[in-house]
Amino acid sequence: MLDWWLPENVSTYGQEIDWLFHLIYYITGVTFVLVFVTMLVFLVMYRDRPGRRARYTHGNTTLEIVWTVVPALILVILTILSVPAWSKIKMTMPETDFVVQVTAKQFNWQVTYPGPDGQFGTADDKTLLDEMHVPVNKVVRVILKSQDVIHSFFVPQFRMKQDAVPGREIRQWFEVVKPGRYEWPCAELCGFGHSGMRGWIYVHTPDEYAKWAAQNLTAEAAPAVAEPKPEGAMAETTKAQPKKEGKAKK
Amino acid sequence: MSATRATAHAHVEHGGHHELGFVRTYIFSTDHKMIARQFLFLGLFMMILGGLLALIVRWQLAWPETAVPGLGGILTETGGILEPSTYNMAFTMHATIMIFFVIMPILAGAFGNFCIPLMIGARDMAFPFLNMLSFWVTGSAGLIMLSGFFVEGGHAAAGWTSYAPLSAVPAYTGVNWGQNIWCISLFIMGVGSMMGSINYITTIINMRAPGMKLFRMPLVVWSLFITAILLLLALPVLTSGVAMLLFDRTLGTSWFRPSGGGEPLLWQHLFWYFGHPEVYILILPAMGIASEILPVFCRKPIFGYHAMAFSMIAIAFLSWIVYGHHMFVSGMSPALGMAFTVTTMVIAVPSAIKTFNWLGTLWGARIQFTVPMLNALAFVSMFVIGGLSGIFMASTPVDIYIQDTYFIVAHIHYVVFGGSIFGAFAAIYYWFPKMFGRMTNTVLGHLHFWPTFVFFNLTFFPMHIIGVGGQMRRIYNPTQYEFLQHQQHWNVFITYSALALGIAQIPFVINFFWSLFAGKKAPLNPWNANTLEWTAQSPPPHLNWGPTLPTVYRGPYEYSSPESKEDFLPQSTPPVGAAGARRH
Repeated sequence: MLDWWLPENVSTYGQEIDWLFHLIYYITGVTFVLVFVTMLVFLVMYRDRPGRRARYTHGNTTLEIVWTVVPALILVILTILSVPAWSKIKMTMPETDFVVQVTAKQFNWQVTYPGPDGQFGTADDKTLLDEMHVPVNKVVRVILKSQDVIHSFFVPQFRMKQDAVPGREIRQWFEVVKPGRYEWPCAELCGFGHSGMRGWIYVHTPDEYAKWAAQNLTAEAAPAVAEPKPEGAMAETTKAQPKKEGKAKK
Repeated sequence: MSATRATAHAHVEHGGHHELGFVRTYIFSTDHKMIARQFLFLGLFMMILGGLLALIVRWQLAWPETAVPGLGGILTETGGILEPSTYNMAFTMHATIMIFFVIMPILAGAFGNFCIPLMIGARDMAFPFLNMLSFWVTGSAGLIMLSGFFVEGGHAAAGWTSYAPLSAVPAYTGVNWGQNIWCISLFIMGVGSMMGSINYITTIINMRAPGMKLFRMPLVVWSLFITAILLLLALPVLTSGVAMLLFDRTLGTSWFRPSGGGEPLLWQHLFWYFGHPEVYILILPAMGIASEILPVFCRKPIFGYHAMAFSMIAIAFLSWIVYGHHMFVSGMSPALGMAFTVTTMVIAVPSAIKTFNWLGTLWGARIQFTVPMLNALAFVSMFVIGGLSGIFMASTPVDIYIQDTYFIVAHIHYVVFGGSIFGAFAAIYYWFPKMFGRMTNTVLGHLHFWPTFVFFNLTFFPMHIIGVGGQMRRIYNPTQYEFLQHQQHWNVFITYSALALGIAQIPFVINFFWSLFAGKKAPLNPWNANTLEWTAQSPPPHLNWGPTLPTVYRGPYEYSSPESKEDFLPQSTPPVGAAGARRH
């Protein structure tokens, strides 16, 4: 029932997270109902009434063992079920030739494509501000960095979250199965502009992506928006970006 | 015997008045009961402040960038509208104040001080002077923390977790002295808490009355004993952490700043190594309080006394090795994350054991729905919800999505408000007669409890929903995001509920002060309880008992025992055969 409130999932591993979410949701839901019904029944049945004495008992060893072992077993099973998804999402890196570099800063995502030579740190790199374009059904590797404080790369519909830590390069991946435009907020408090620090991830069909790349990532394409703006201009830039992109897409 | 006792009391009080003036009795007192009251007043005063800050935060989330009523006079430049930096300051200080200057002073400070000597049959703490110092050091830390609101640049605004390097470099937040003051205040608070914890541990180990074996101790004393050990070991980690942070900010060191070769994650490791035991520091005393109050108003022994004590010991050990679950997506090694999942799942087991034993205590009971009992029952049920929502975060893949959303905010409030604060209210209503010698008003008590319970749930339960919807915590304006637009009505609903929750505290304030001065005089043992504090006068005199300390003959929860015609059997009542021998 709570999945009424989960945003739509569009990534490959998102459904594994959602499956676990629902499993835990049902386990805790059943536990919740059992505990509360028991409690309410006891509260009504054993309310103070004249002429009755409370049961004099200090406990029951069998019961203690049962309610230690049963939750322990459930939790062990949950742990075991959590391992494959976790190791798939965070501990393995599928092969891919699609790599982007994301450098977070107060209060923008800077997205760098390696350009035609496929190398980062060369003159033909293209950097976009607060927008990323990726093809659908393709593993995207993100090299995540931060140039000031800790930010967190969060795309609710991808079920993806990873902190960007200054001084580190963290490798992440995602694969999206549905084209569209997805909101990309920062999920870690990063200063007064934290709220509103967000970008957009555009997931294109292969054809559309090729067209977009030809217009924007090739050597002759107009220089990308990229250059870091002074802090004051930040709010303006964030608002301007999606509009500008809207045109570029068509 | 009672005559002898009365004379002895008169003597003690009489002597006391001559020796101690106003200052030594009420301000710089070394009496554990006066120090307990001082901690209680400190905590309750700070709670008003922390609560108002929460309401300011809620106003902004429901009606972003509109003038907050009543703030026009303070935020003159904006006419009462919160700016993002002010908003960040408000939630940072709400959490800081509530955790360090409300829950810790009330549960560990006030009830630790009040209960430990009285319930183990000691005349005072082992180190009364250190005890006094502990309060005044903590109080000064509180004052220093408050001073941060008045410095240029505002108070700390990097969250109560103060993640570096946001907190380590003034330019990143625009806050300069505010964050320094935050560090200094918590450093001093850490020293004060260390003094308290050493005192508690020493007192419990060395000063128990004759016959008070460890496994005859009331569970609240057990919980405070374990809390004190956690405080002693955890707080120094925070104390060192904030010192390092302060050095980074003021002396140019680079513990946490990558530009100088530092490591931002080091702060998180230090902070959560303190922070997770801290969560149990906040909840364990409340568990003890519930375990204490449930048997009294069930009129039957606690179910599984040993299981209760050992599960708290287990929590104390495990709490050191679960902290990494705060850092699953922080960039810490994912393999390490997996290890922390295992320990986190394990620590849920002792909490489950406690819950089932509380239910077992209700089974076959004769439940009296007094105001302290209602609050204790609220603690048990809200703790269940807080515990169950924790399982979502324990599963690493689910945590990827849930981390840093309102789901976490809901979870923490079910544990520390639904848990610790209901525990604190239960304790206040339960021990008020002994602490101040007067009964609280029952009608006002119900008028406080029921709306608090209802509006607490209406405030915090929907936070699960908006959290699952993806709303991030600590954002200034949820309407800035397209994917959150459709659930903004929940934010409005939550804010109305939070305002009602705030208003629901007014009967408590009235009840507290009215009862303090005009409440009915409390008898020796108004609840017919078994533990030792109820054998002392209400309120207990200096040194607690007359010339003879009580002797303990049995465990603390012998209610409805076949040994006694009454439905209670105090710990200090001699067994039937031995009664004659004890008379003198």
